[in-house]
Amino acid sequence: MSRFSQRGVLITGASRGLGRALFDQLARAGARVVGVARHTEELERGARALRAEGLAAHVLAADVGDLDAIYPLAGASQALVGPVELLVHDASTLGPTPLGPLLDLPCEALLRVLQVNLLGPFRLTRAIVGGMLVRGSGIVASISSDAAVSAYPNWGAYGVSKAALDHLSRSWAAELRGTGVSAISIDPGEMDTDMHRDAMPDADPATLARPGDVARQIIAGLEQLRPEQSGARVSAADWSAP
Amino acid sequence: MIAATWPRDDRARARLLLMDRRSGALEDRVASELPRLVESGDLLVVNDAATLPASLMGTANGTPIELRLLDASDGLWRAVAFGAGSWRTPTERRPSPPQLARGAQLSFGGLCATVEAVLSTSSRLLSVRFAQTAEVFWSELYRIGKPVQYSYLSGELRLWHVQNSYAARPWAAEAPSAGFVLSARVLAELRQHGVRVAALTHAAGLSSSGDEALDAALPLAERYEIPASTVAAIAAARANGGRIIAVGTSVVRALETHALERGGELRAGAGQSELRIGPGFALRVVDGLLSGIHDPAASHYALLQAFASREHLDAAHAAAERWGYLEHEFGDVCLLL
Repeated sequence: MSRFSQRGVLITGASRGLGRALFDQLARAGARVVGVARHTEELERGARALRAEGLAAHVLAADVGDLDAIYPLAGASQALVGPVELLVHDASTLGPTPLGPLLDLPCEALLRVLQVNLLGPFRLTRAIVGGMLVRGSGIVASISSDAAVSAYPNWGAYGVSKAALDHLSRSWAAELRGTGVSAISIDPGEMDTDMHRDAMPDADPATLARPGDVARQIIAGLEQLRPEQSGARVSAADWSAP
Repeated sequence: MIAATWPRDDRARARLLLMDRRSGALEDRVASELPRLVESGDLLVVNDAATLPASLMGTANGTPIELRLLDASDGLWRAVAFGAGSWRTPTERRPSPPQLARGAQLSFGGLCATVEAVLSTSSRLLSVRFAQTAEVFWSELYRIGKPVQYSYLSGELRLWHVQNSYAARPWAAEAPSAGFVLSARVLAELRQHGVRVAALTHAAGLSSSGDEALDAALPLAERYEIPASTVAAIAAARANGGRIIAVGTSVVRALETHALERGGELRAGAGQSELRIGPGFALRVVDGLLSGIHDPAASHYALLQAFASREHLDAAHAAAERWGYLEHEFGDVCLLL
């Protein structure tokens, strides 16, 4: 049985791509899942279908970059599914597309990227992790990117935000060591998603991983996560398959 | 005593009145010293209920009302109706709400509700059902609801002002405020000193309604849930001679109710606490209490008398007043050991 069975799971960026695949697969694994997205119509249709099968899948509309959205999100999601055992920060924005050089990037655009990709996860973790701490159990998983480690032209805003998100995850892990709560960041690799098409419209989809397959790898890794792995940055592709 | 009128920036800087339960001896300390005031092996039990945005302003058949939500069971909410006005008017001076009968329609922003029953305690204590789905209800509640607050505060509270650092499910109509002093730093220092912290969830209710019959009945029955990990932590602490220190009276009610109903044995599970704890009550689980400082007239003060004599408590209250302690949810705290 899944370690997340009957446990509360909160996934941001659940309307598309990897977030959507994690939402569907964790609900099917018996977790009580809340998916968050700005635009929820299609996700809501998916959730209704899952609920019709007796699964616990709920959707909340919110922008994780919005300060005022955080406490409502933490409260409403735990009202719907109970204490959150797994928090997945999947929501992220590339900033203006087509991607362009830093020299052309308006400061406001960088700020928006940091709001969504860094401050949102910080605030949401802050609102959720204390409960995990006193229960002595929980995982905060941040979806990262290759761009967090390597600097590519035109990927500056996104890369900076993901590098900071990685370090935020390591810092949470350092503070939470010995509490039963883990923080981990996961590089999903290049996937055939809307976001990838926005960033690299000319990429050959055949060379890209399918989000459903990556979600399976990530869930398998999270199922077996050991306390000493907290603080790590892992790649989904070579993470512990069962 | 002077009321605290706004949350401190650093809540662990609240003053802490340490009282020896038996001798009544008092010490004037600071909440951030807590990790050094308890012993390695002691267990703190907190109430991890998040505070609801429980106050809804709206109308009943066109007449303005405020509804303060207490708790829900299968989508049926218990709630207290207030007349027009806001928290800025002391509850006892608020006008009465219109007389509401079964079937009355209430509306609050995008939420509408039907009164399903008027409860016997007071004509203002209602059972209401909202028409919206759970997702819409919770989203809208968080959009339009405000934390319950009282007239002694200086401004309008935001949701984050009334959450403990470890809050999880939104079950509390009012903040379980004894835990406000438990900052992440204090929790980390407690761990370093070998003091464990465990949680339960208790739907802490309203402290005042301004309705005489209803206030006399407070605290109403409140639901709680005690996880197996907390029961195990309590057993482990006791086996090693550690003390069980409740953070807030809601924790005392949950633990003592659950133990009393099972012949003194604590097991994991959920229930309703209707227990009124007062002088002479034999505590079965809890050895110590970290609590806010409240008016001696409140039911809270009766509960404290299960821990210490009235004489010692009166002396402690007088000392707190003399020393300039602040009362109410954002005020100072006392630790009874």
